[in-house]
Amino acid sequence: MQNYSIFNLARHALGGHRGWKPAWREATPKPRYKVIIVGGGGHGLATAYYLAKVHGIRDVAVLEKGWIGGGNTGRNTTIVRSNYLWDASAALYEKSLQLWEGLSQDINYNVMFSQRGVLNLGHNLQDMRDIRRRVNANQLNGVDGEVLDTAGVKRLVPFINTSPDIRYPVLGASWQPRAGIARHDAVAWGYARAADSLGVDIIENCEVTGVRRDNGKVTGVETTRGVIEADRVGVVVAGHAGVLAEMAGFRLPIESHPLQALVSEPLKPILDTVVMSNAIHVYVSQSDKGELVIGAGVDSYTGYGQRGSFQTMEHFLSALIELYPIFSRLRMLRHWGGIVDTAPDASPIISSTPVDGLFFNVGWGTGGFKATPGSGWVFAHTLATGTPHEINAPFSLERFHSGALVDEHGAAAVAH
Amino acid sequence: MGRLWMNTVPQRWHIDMLMITCPWCGPRDESEFTYGGEANIERPTDPEALDDAAWADYLFMRSNPKGWHEEQWCHAHGCRRWFKAERHTVSYAIRRTWPMDEESS
Ligand SMILES: Cc1cc2nc3c(=O)[nH]c(=O)nc-3n(C[C@H](O)[C@H](O)[C@H](O)COP(=O)(O)OP(=O)(O)OC[C@H]3O[C@@H](n4cnc5c(N)ncnc54)[C@H](O)[C@@H]3O)c2cc1C
Ligand SMILES: [Zn+2]
Repeated sequence: MQNYSIFNLARHALGGHRGWKPAWREATPKPRYKVIIVGGGGHGLATAYYLAKVHGIRDVAVLEKGWIGGGNTGRNTTIVRSNYLWDASAALYEKSLQLWEGLSQDINYNVMFSQRGVLNLGHNLQDMRDIRRRVNANQLNGVDGEVLDTAGVKRLVPFINTSPDIRYPVLGASWQPRAGIARHDAVAWGYARAADSLGVDIIENCEVTGVRRDNGKVTGVETTRGVIEADRVGVVVAGHAGVLAEMAGFRLPIESHPLQALVSEPLKPILDTVVMSNAIHVYVSQSDKGELVIGAGVDSYTGYGQRGSFQTMEHFLSALIELYPIFSRLRMLRHWGGIVDTAPDASPIISSTPVDGLFFNVGWGTGGFKATPGSGWVFAHTLATGTPHEINAPFSLERFHSGALVDEHGAAAVAH
Repeated sequence: MGRLWMNTVPQRWHIDMLMITCPWCGPRDESEFTYGGEANIERPTDPEALDDAAWADYLFMRSNPKGWHEEQWCHAHGCRRWFKAERHTVSYAIRRTWPMDEESS
């Protein structure tokens, strides 16, 4: 792997930057692998990377139906935080946050992780009670956080509308200083490059169309580039979880919904943190290019169309301009949607399945970008050993039979 | 609000809102309706007879197809009645709608 460093940058500058190599090889599928990962998003690539790096399993292929980073990894609004309510979630997302803190060094790729903090606003007394409870729980779990009052929010975001007579007044917020944002494409590309350098085959334009089984055990997958055999298969396909489950002959407690976001024209620096609101469902941050990155909740109906409905947009834009009247004359530049796989308890499923050797890592819904490193870490363990890591043990498919759900609906503030 | 979106949203978005035909009130904008999920999921008549897996199947498992989907809608800001619709989950086209108590096909 060519190292990215200031020296190499200078060296290549002398050659007019014509000497750079592609970040990963264009691999042709082999007939057989030890492990196949279906889905070349951040989670799948991170899984492949940690399989090779931590578990020494390098006979791995990542099969992606489109291009690397074309799914939700390249479509999300990049909020990273770990202030979830329940112990099981805190452990998972905090493990991830700790990996984020060293990620650029680890994979020698600048993922532009910026710990600018995240505010989750409270708009009524119940919101504030929930926030206090969650921050207490976070502190007990060693996750940083504090409760701010209205003045505390105003200090961080001077232009936010804190007048008491708006429909949803700002009564305070939770504040996690170690939270922040990252460059989403870089996460996909960086993991792809790092996994490739350890021998993982990254195979784009290769759609999985069937799951081969023999006697209840997985033997491989059918793809648009032929049959590929494997000892174990890990499915990490975000919004297409139900489609893959159907190929394997079972159903999941998952529904796929459209989730949209948009960015504004670039502004001078104005917002140096991330502000989210659960109750009125809008959140905003400012990218390094100066654009405001704005998002909201899912469309109510299920859908695989990568676009959002108009009234959802109207809803979150009206919330936006009530909270930030200063943004009312901004022009929006781009709008897009992704397909998010939502589980009834708003927690992921990182689990064995009814098919032996077939594992699923899905159900991240509207909030899985932040979990990319941690998800890859625990799923690599699961695929390497055939048993869950202690962190993902509570996130089994079994929990829907036992009733031990990890209910993060509302509990974790906005689910992004 | 009106000005904001007129300035920023390409024209074709105005027609992209779903038009849903309530069996009683006729075609109306999507914003008058609430979504009620997959249709034809029947509550088991004898829950005691079910094991945990069968109960979980009823409670949580969904078909979530990429394609035609029979689902429930409520005309919440209209006649407030529930009905079923067959909608395509990629194009979002709605093939037909019918009252809850009528047969699916
Ligand atoms: C608008 C929006 C905003 C969001 N905001 C946030 C946020 O602020 N913070 C946060 O933490 N999360 C956020 N999320 C959620 C986050 O994006 C996802 O949870 C996360 O990126 C999922 O990662 P992934 O790698 O599993 O998915 P993806 O990147 O979608 O990867 C799955 C891949 O599987 C591929 N695939 C599917 N079917 C097949 C097949 N049959 N064969 C081969 N490949 C297949 C797809 O093409 C895709 O590339 C947001 C999502 C959206 C849509
Ligand atoms: Zn009606």
